[in-house]
Amino acid sequence: MLDALPWGVIIFDIQRRTLFCNQALSTLIGLSADAAKGLRCYNVLRCRACLSDCPTEKPGPMTTPVTFETDLINRDRKRVPLRVTLAPLLDLRQQQIGFIETIEDLRPLMELGAKSAQAYRFSNILGQSVQMVKLFRIVPVIAQSDSSVLITGETGTGKDMLADTLHQESDRSKGPFVKINCGALPETLLESELFGHTKGAFTGAVENKQGRFHLAHNGTLYLTEIGDLPLTLQVKLLTFLDDKVVYPLGGTKGFAANVRIVAATHRNLEQMVREGRFRQDLFFRLNVMRLHIPPLREREGDVRLLLDYFVNHLSQKLNRSVSGYTGKALQLLLAYAYPGNVRELRNIVEYAVNVCQEGRIAPKHLPAYLTEDRAQPLVEFIPEPLRPPPPHPEPQGVKGTWPTVEKQMILDALIKAKGNRMKASQALGWARSTLWRKIKLYGIDAS
Amino acid sequence: MTTRKVFIPLHGEEVAPRFDLATEVLMGECDAEGRILIEKVLLLPGPSAERLCHMAISERVQAVICGGIDQEVYDYLTWKRVEVIDNVIGPASFVLRHYAAGRLHTGDILSSAKRS
Repeated sequence: MLDALPWGVIIFDIQRRTLFCNQALSTLIGLSADAAKGLRCYNVLRCRACLSDCPTEKPGPMTTPVTFETDLINRDRKRVPLRVTLAPLLDLRQQQIGFIETIEDLRPLMELGAKSAQAYRFSNILGQSVQMVKLFRIVPVIAQSDSSVLITGETGTGKDMLADTLHQESDRSKGPFVKINCGALPETLLESELFGHTKGAFTGAVENKQGRFHLAHNGTLYLTEIGDLPLTLQVKLLTFLDDKVVYPLGGTKGFAANVRIVAATHRNLEQMVREGRFRQDLFFRLNVMRLHIPPLREREGDVRLLLDYFVNHLSQKLNRSVSGYTGKALQLLLAYAYPGNVRELRNIVEYAVNVCQEGRIAPKHLPAYLTEDRAQPLVEFIPEPLRPPPPHPEPQGVKGTWPTVEKQMILDALIKAKGNRMKASQALGWARSTLWRKIKLYGIDAS
Repeated sequence: MTTRKVFIPLHGEEVAPRFDLATEVLMGECDAEGRILIEKVLLLPGPSAERLCHMAISERVQAVICGGIDQEVYDYLTWKRVEVIDNVIGPASFVLRHYAAGRLHTGDILSSAKRS
């Protein structure tokens, strides 16, 4: 009967001489049951625990089973991680006459753990789809090179996170990681931000200022929304990529900046080049290494993975006891196209966790546009890379956007607590200061 | 006169079941006629496969006799032209005599329980 068990079993007497070992153990250690008979247990198993901290050598009779993890080296010279459970064998008079040990090979478990950890995660980026696994494989290689990288992908796919990961995994990780949004500043200000200026270069330039290139010296400069970079600055960036020297505005003395450029955009740069809105030579220089992050709707299996991850993560972070989703909620969430990609998915889950508070997330806990706006064929969403991403469907009353809902939640909590901010913050699961900050943010008159 | 130096990691009086966990080594030297010329026990500061390998190489031993050994360590020693006779069970001095007589092979069990 013991031979039929999938775990190894060994029985030995009180002197720790082997009486029996089953088929599974013989296979694991590479020694036949006949050859093992009569040998001391440590010569048969060759466990680390047998030789350094054997529980059978502890003074006094053994009363209860013990379980421990250890390893052995089998006859094929392979090291095998194990989980061992050792129990005393008693006769009819409850006298100890020996020991029985069950041995579980942990290799399959460890291989599974390592495989899943590799496949589902790289730094802070999650994914198990074929596209993401491919990306995880190439990122360390690209990170180790010092070439310029162009990251493309729709809004909310995680371009910033990938740029940060590239920096962290590179040899420049000890250096600064400087980010600048090329679409966030007017052209003149952007030039000064990027390249710096000298005192008196323009009205208001009362002192010398180092640009972001200077600040990112020996590190990485991340230019996000590179597609929004004005043409004049594209030329200046091109010059830097050619001779690696930056000239501050109004200055004649250059600074040789040792900077790696990582650029990102959600726009279709090839098309912009064709339309004359982006310089072809700059595109070629930036496009040395290209990483494309696929949109969430193309990442098969990732929506479920991310839904589960965010519900656990946010429920802990927001101090809620939300355990998962009901079948219908999950159906809705899996059918949605997520035009805002991972960012939108995270926001939906954050909304649901806040509204649900405990138990499982049901359709009523989801934002209204998910449950009510069925007319829009969300699954067939087609991106238009040249334009900004399509806006979310119009808000439905107060349930439309997260700030509106959050404001309503604060108002409800304050009404329930009869204006008592302490009680309202407790009901919302926030600190009092958070509630105060949000009241101020939304301009709520809580008096 | 050609002599052979051998290392036997110990667990008490026996050949150590694990090369990497031994804290003592029996160092023996025997001649071509199978006579034991030197037999001494060396104490190690702690168990370490790397240290044992280093000792074996620096002492220019011809063979290492042990119980279990990692494939990586086995490959290293054999690459360094040290013969490894592993999966051996039995009292170390008895095993040494067997080796000196040229009768020891990988996987030999010379335990008293098996001999009787």
